[in-house]
Amino acid sequence: MVHPAQQQHTRQAPKTSGSDRDRVVHIEHLKKSFGERTILNDVNLDLYQNENLVILGRSGTGKSVLIKCMVGLIPYDSGSINVLGYDVGHLDAKTLNELRLQVGFSFQGSALYDSMTVRENLEFPLRRNLGMNDQKQLNDLVHEALDNVGLAKAADQMPAELSGGMKKRIGIARTLILKPKIMLYDEPTAGLDPITSREINELIKEVRDKYNTSSIVITHDISCARETGDRIVALVNGYNKQEGTFDELKQTDDPEIRAFFTY
Amino acid sequence: MRKFLLEIAAVARFAGTTFRTMFTLSFEFREILRQCFFVGYRSAFLIGFTSFIAGIVFTKQSRPSLSSFGAESWLPSLVSQAVVRSLGPLITGLICAGKLGSNIGAELGSMRVSEQIDAMEVSGTRPFSYLVVTRVLATMLMLPILVVYADMIALMGSFFMTASINDSSFELFFSEVSVSVTYLDIFSSLIKSAIFGLAIGLVSCYAGYNTSGGTTGVGKAANTAVVASMITIFVVDLVTLQFINLFR
Repeated sequence: MVHPAQQQHTRQAPKTSGSDRDRVVHIEHLKKSFGERTILNDVNLDLYQNENLVILGRSGTGKSVLIKCMVGLIPYDSGSINVLGYDVGHLDAKTLNELRLQVGFSFQGSALYDSMTVRENLEFPLRRNLGMNDQKQLNDLVHEALDNVGLAKAADQMPAELSGGMKKRIGIARTLILKPKIMLYDEPTAGLDPITSREINELIKEVRDKYNTSSIVITHDISCARETGDRIVALVNGYNKQEGTFDELKQTDDPEIRAFFTY
Repeated sequence: MRKFLLEIAAVARFAGTTFRTMFTLSFEFREILRQCFFVGYRSAFLIGFTSFIAGIVFTKQSRPSLSSFGAESWLPSLVSQAVVRSLGPLITGLICAGKLGSNIGAELGSMRVSEQIDAMEVSGTRPFSYLVVTRVLATMLMLPILVVYADMIALMGSFFMTASINDSSFELFFSEVSVSVTYLDIFSSLIKSAIFGLAIGLVSCYAGYNTSGGTTGVGKAANTAVVASMITIFVVDLVTLQFINLFR
């Protein structure tokens, strides 16, 4: 059976280039300032199909701003962001919505709707985006999504009754229910104990393998970067200073990047 | 001054987006009904209680003045006109500004700072339509109903006060009321209260939806929602009074 979200995704924006087939995100010379304060200063990066890319950087270096620019939550000043062939800076509301349906966003604080139960949280995008009202179909999809994050029994709980790790998982399940092609994780292990952090890291890898997604993981947690990243980009002072595998970055002479590994 | 004018322009833009969304996007019927229920449920007791007391107090305070002119029999007429034309809508508007304004401002504000609104946006679920338009419509639709309820309770309070003093009958009191209150009074009161509801909904949603600055911002949003709603109600009351007087 074709997932309703996938049916919705059959309408595609024109692709930029045939040679970019495996590249799902292409960011070029991206700049963003808030008033006098420059946050992103010439960021260039690519994300490839089925890849987990970690963006590593200190707090306040613009990591979250970067992924929010990618889904049009924050407008950027100059440069270009191309996500799944959509030129993010030049989309009307309808096309931006089409793009957002294909990109899952896991927020740092989970951002569960606290007036709704877990089940209602997961049903919400299905009902509103895909117009699904068949309760049996909704139940099946909710159960599947919760099962995939190991929380099938939490369906009727309120977000306030969940632990931090459970909230993260439910937040991820809510984005996965729309079967996104790209996942964006904003500080997925922030505020979690080491054991729960490891579980979340495992889940991020499972999501990539099971859903065939490409992911960007924003973090300053070095163990999260090591466990989840196929490739790591170090964001320093608003630009991507260095990139490579975990072991490559670990060998760097750059003191700002080395500080992460020697802490 | 410049900041104030920019804020007014931002509210006007917000109102424009609300009206545009109201007429262009799919109608959130279930959510509007849910919000209407909350608006009525949250305010009904306080409005009823306050209106009843206001009816008693207004009657008790007006009676000596009318008695000194030998016009005590005009009491139902005076009270009903005051209640329907001004007291009912104003009491309801101010209570709703306090109860609903703070509630909407704080609720949307905390949703904003905890990124719940961003989460709705990135999942393509049009939060503006779901969160703002439904609340604005609910306050606009429910205020006239609450005003009718407030008027009735205030008149009941007035009747109990009158009856306790001079043994007036229920039929006599309310026949006096029905003679003195015109259709224009009722119609203008309903229109005015719908505008109050619109103002409370818009101002409170604007304050909550544009919250920034964490928990401090949420408190500020709730406070702004209440204060701005109350000021708007007084201004709207003054303007509609001038306008309605053109038809009297």
